[in-house]
This record gives sequence, C-alpha cells and structure tokens, in this order.
Amino acid sequence: MSLTYLDAIREAQARALADDPRVFIYGQDVGAFGGAFKATKNLAQRFPGRVIDSPISEDAMLGLAVGAAIQGMRPIIEMQFADFSTPAFNQIVNQAATLYWRTRVPCPITVRLPCGGTSGSGPFHSQSMEAIYAHYPGLIVMTPATVEDAYSMLLEAVALDDPVIFCEHKYLYYHLKAEQLPVEAMPTGKARIARAGRDVTLVAYSAMVHEALAVADELASEGAEIEVVDLRSVKPLDTDTVMASVARTGRLLCAGESWPWGGVTAEVIARVASEGFGLLDAPPQRLNAKDTPVPYHPGLWAAHRPTARSIAAAARRLLRL
Amino acid sequence: MAHALLNHHAVDEGCSFRDRYVEAYRIMLRARVLDDKLASLYRMGKIHGGVFLGRGQEALSVSVGVSLRAGDVFAPLIRDGAGRLAFGEPVLDAVRTYLGSPLGPMRARDGNVHRGRPREGLFAMISHLGSMISLVNGALLAHRFKDIRGTVGAACVGDGATSTGSFHEAVNQAAVEKLPLVLVIANNHYAYSTPTERQFACHSLVDKAVGYGIHGEDVDGTDLSACLKVVGNAVSEARAGHGPQMVVARLLRLCGHGEHDDAGYIDPKLKQSPLGRDCLRVAESVLAKEGWADAPAMAAWRKEAVQEIEEIAAKVQREAGPDPYKEDWCALASKHLSEGYDQG
Repeated sequence: MSLTYLDAIREAQARALADDPRVFIYGQDVGAFGGAFKATKNLAQRFPGRVIDSPISEDAMLGLAVGAAIQGMRPIIEMQFADFSTPAFNQIVNQAATLYWRTRVPCPITVRLPCGGTSGSGPFHSQSMEAIYAHYPGLIVMTPATVEDAYSMLLEAVALDDPVIFCEHKYLYYHLKAEQLPVEAMPTGKARIARAGRDVTLVAYSAMVHEALAVADELASEGAEIEVVDLRSVKPLDTDTVMASVARTGRLLCAGESWPWGGVTAEVIARVASEGFGLLDAPPQRLNAKDTPVPYHPGLWAAHRPTARSIAAAARRLLRL
Repeated sequence: MAHALLNHHAVDEGCSFRDRYVEAYRIMLRARVLDDKLASLYRMGKIHGGVFLGRGQEALSVSVGVSLRAGDVFAPLIRDGAGRLAFGEPVLDAVRTYLGSPLGPMRARDGNVHRGRPREGLFAMISHLGSMISLVNGALLAHRFKDIRGTVGAACVGDGATSTGSFHEAVNQAAVEKLPLVLVIANNHYAYSTPTERQFACHSLVDKAVGYGIHGEDVDGTDLSACLKVVGNAVSEARAGHGPQMVVARLLRLCGHGEHDDAGYIDPKLKQSPLGRDCLRVAESVLAKEGWADAPAMAAWRKEAVQEIEEIAAKVQREAGPDPYKEDWCALASKHLSEGYDQG
C-alpha cells in the first residue's frame, strides 16, 4: 500500500471524525464533492452531517468555527486555497487568536491552508501564508513536509486547545508517498534533522525540505556535508535544534518559499545571530521567493521560488565564505 | 452548564405584560444609573480608554436581554448595558472591566465593552462588530450538533455594521443553515459621526431581510412596549424553528459615540423628532399612565439602583490593579508550545 501526503490528510481527518464527536469539517465544496483537492473525499458519506458545505464566505466560515469552539466543538475549516484565507484574516487573528488570552476559553480550531506554488496556478492560488499568521500571538503554525507529519500533525492540530494554521503544501499532495501511516510521531514544536551533516546547516520547512534534501545529495558528491533541518512547525520555532546544528556546522542557510520581507527565514537568522553569533563561521544566508506576486508561466514560476539549483548555488557560496 | 454563574433576569414568559414591562423598566433604570456612574468615573480620570454608553438604546437592549433564556447565546453591541444586565451579567463585571481590575472577567487584559463570559453564552465582542454574528451562528450550529434544542442566539449590531462584509456573510450563512439567529439592528442613525445616508442607500435596513430570505420587522426603538413585543416575537419565532429573524429598531443615541465625543454632528431636527425621545422617560410616562408605578415607587427603584452601583464602584476602586510581573504573557492554552520570548 502506498499513501500520498493528500491521503494522509484525508485519513487524519477521517480518524479525527471517528475518534471525537466534537470534530466537524466545514468548507467550500468539502461535502459530497470531496473538496477541490479531494482532501475530504468520501468523508461526508462516512460521517453524515459532519462534513458541511459552506457558502463562499471565508470570514463567516472562520467566525462559525470560533463560535462552535466556544461551545466545545473542534472544527476543521478547509480553505480552498491558502490565498483565500485573506477574507477570513480578521476572524483568525482577532477572534480566534485572542479568545483564550482575553477570556480563558480555549479556541480549538484547525484551519487547513492548501499553500505553496504549483506551476500554472498564478498569483492567487499559490501563496504561502505561514509568516503572516506566525506573526500573531495566539496561533500555532504547522508546516509539515512529510506524509508522516501531514498525518500526525493534523491529528495533533485537532487535539490542541489552540487555533492551528495547518499549511499543507499542494505540490506535496501527489508527489510525496509513504508506505504506511505512522504509529508514533514527534511532537509539534520539535524540529527534525532530516539529514545529518557537518559543513552547513540548511534550515527548511514544507516543500523546501525536499529541495534541501536534493541539495544535500548533490553537494555530497562534491564532498560537502549538508545538515538539513526540517522545522515542521514555524510557530513554535525550535530554535534549540537549529542552534545545536549551527554549533556543529558553523554555517547557516535558510530556504523558504514565501516572500523575503520578514518571515520565517529572517526569524531563524535573527535568532541565531542574536543568541548564537559566536557559533557562526560565516554570515548567515537565506533564500526566499522573489519579491513579486507568484507568476503564472512555468518558466517564470520556477525562477520565482528557491529551487535545488539556486539553494545549491547559495550553499556553495556559503562554503567558500 | 450554560449560565452556571450568570443570574438571568428573563421574565417568566407566562407572566403579565405589566410585570414584564415593570421588570424591563427596572433593568433599563439600573443600566442608565450604571452608565451615569461610568461617565462620572471617566470624567474623574479613573477609567483608561473609552467609555461607551447605551443612553437612548435601553428599551431595545433590555427587550433582547429579557427575551433570552438560560442556554441562549447573546452577542451584545457596545450600547447593550441593559441587555447585558437582563441576560445576567453582574454589574461587577462591567465596573471591574472598565476599571481594569484583574478580578474581572477580562482580568485587565481587555477593557470597557469588550467583556463577556463566552462559556455562559455572553460573548466578548471584538471591535469589528459585524464579525460577531458568525460566532453566534457557530454556537447555534454546535447546539444542533449536540442536540440542544430550543435555544436561540441574539447578535446585536448598529447601522454601521450592516455595511461590513462580515455582516453579509454571516446573515447569509445563518439563512442557509436556517439557524435560530435573532439579528437585532439598532439603527441609531449615526455610525460614530457618519449619518445613515452615507452608510446605506436602501429605503430601510429591514428591506435587506427579504434579500437574505429571512423574516424582518421594523420597530420604534424608543417605545419599550413595542420593543418587548417585536423582539419577543422574533425570539419566539426563531425558537420555534422558523429560521433567522431580523429586527431593525429606529432610535437615536442620546450621547456621543464615546464619552470623549460631544456628538455635535447629530442633526438637531432628529433630536427634536420622536426618534430623539428618551426611552426611559417614555417608559416612565407609560408606567404612570397605566397606573403600574407611581413617582415614589420609581424614585425608590432609582435610589436602590444608585446604592447598588455606588457600593460596587467603591468596592472595585479599592481593588489592586494587575501586576505585570505576575502575568504569564502567554497567549496559548497549550503552555508547552509557548515560545516565551525573553526580551529582557
């Protein structure tokens, strides 16, 4: 049996629905149709009345989730695309994220954001929103890079008493496969050493982890050992694991698919520079998408985001510094 | 579990209209006295931030509160002091939140009208008021999931919130799901300083109801009798499973947007029109005319309210403020996932 990243997301939701009567799914086309990406395929039939089609009303979808959570439910909201969460931004950052701090009433909602670029998707079906949401207190932001994490972290997202922004990468939906679902998992908040190495710490998350692993393969043939750190969640951000890796390698490169201003790569570098400056043998480097909307054409799209080729070039430069 | 702490003032639906009216008036009076005290504390410099009063809107507000029952959900607007008291919010909650007492429900983390007890059905508004409506929808959907029957949710907004996208999405959502939502729109003719002709172009806001496929009623918001009947009926209809109900009340706010605002923009003609009547005075004249209460009785009720609120205000002013060193500075319920930034 072989399971894709998308299968894992569907199976995690099925298990959450089966295990906990407080869980329901609400989103556009998630019911009988099974969702734009089929992440909820057959769930409406298996769990009657608990997988509900919403109007095209992202703001009201999120508001409904918060109100239901106050009454003890554990809603999963599917945004059709991460890009479409902007009309719900107010409900996420001002209602969901502040509720517990203001009132001591937890807000256990999971917001699934199909994020990241696939070629041909253009400016409004390709965005990565993790940095925007991570900026706000009161939210947890998960960015799973593997089939196993997609499954176990989504289950953990539903179980947590806080609003979780679950960034699931659309490119990984079909391209990533595993033989079976995990029986145990690392907890959220812990980064993973996806590949050990002693020369450069390459920090990545979500789909960039796979570009980073390809870089590590390529540079191994040139005699350089790249240590790939998969952040798994960008909030909380496991600074300890990153710092320990930099202590081993002395060099830091961060790769992120979202835009350069601020964001996760800037945060990682800021933390290492301020808390571990003495560990660094070279200036820390980062690679992000270009500072434009995500382009439509495959040629432009491929040049817009970091790739194994551009990350490898950056790693080679860093090794010479 | 709902209303474990709130002391609900819903008037027994079987009692006479006279008893309902008298009870509602006494809650309006307490709300007015509380508002006067809050305004006084503001002028004395004892309240940080804004003070937002319900003067002129008490008849509508109390009608919502007394029509709700334990187990219902109430998302008030910023002028719903009377409705809050009727729903059972302690005066202590209001005063402690305004004065920033850590003993209040918001523990000095949020202030003034941004208070509530969500677990007990009293939602704590955020400033983007239109966005509270879909929260009520969510609570009502949760009741449906949990097979809790016969409850309703009241969401109160002003004319300004009807222009927001949140309002549209949520009212449509409630209609699609046929939720027992009672949407109360207090058209007080000004959203802060913006008059209704700059807010919407329809003849009456109640005309919007038909567009959403829900029932709408219009009411004179200065008339307690009319408000009790129309709001009470809307709540009954929603409770009976007839879907979302909209009530649009025409009235005028008899104060500024907040106590910092002298409301100099309000058209004097509106003030002198029937809309500018003080609903409390209107109710008092009905009480006297119907022989339901005489002047000494009303004076005694006022004295009782003043004494209650003065005692509470004095008590809260003796309470210590929050200690920043005792704050956990953690916005997550999952404390183990807090990053605990230490900025020194």
